[in-house]
Amino acid sequence: MPMAADEIETMIRAAIPDAEVEITDLAGDGDHYAARVVAESFRGLSRLAQQRRVYEALGAHMGGTLHALQLTTAIPA
Amino acid sequence: MTEDAHARIDSTVKGNDVVLFMKGTPLFPQCGFSSRAVAILEHLGVEYASVDVLQDQAVRQGIKEYSDWPTIPQLYVKGEFVGGSDIMMEMYESGELAQLMQDQGVTATQ
Repeated sequence: MPMAADEIETMIRAAIPDAEVEITDLAGDGDHYAARVVAESFRGLSRLAQQRRVYEALGAHMGGTLHALQLTTAIPA
Repeated sequence: MTEDAHARIDSTVKGNDVVLFMKGTPLFPQCGFSSRAVAILEHLGVEYASVDVLQDQAVRQGIKEYSDWPTIPQLYVKGEFVGGSDIMMEMYESGELAQLMQDQGVTATQ
């Protein structure tokens, strides 16, 4: 079963409370998403560590119910 | 992860300067993210080994535990995990990936 965009957003926000999350449904099929996650708490973390925090937030969904997620992380400008 | 899978992954990662764990092969990638990772490496012109995780269920699962990273593709340079296709793309666009290859002594083939 695919995941809804707001479900993804809710999970990320629950784990990273200061995150601004922008989800785009790339294919319109509820299965291929792009997420841009911007959080002050990413400051000082490597790209790898930033993305790890998002993956941790999504837990077992990643690679399971959530098939394809293009992920960009950033620190607020 | 089985000991055997771990040993095979470890020897592949440590035995190649640049190795991409992907779905499919560089000629026939089976997923958009893997396809993008291949395109980036081709643009950089570096020699790399690739492992098709679709051919081996133990490696497909094992590589995620090996790097503690839930997705494929995964790029390793000189034994170090660099990231997945999104990180590769960001590093490619900023020039960091080319720099990393150069710093690690991985030379372009062209």
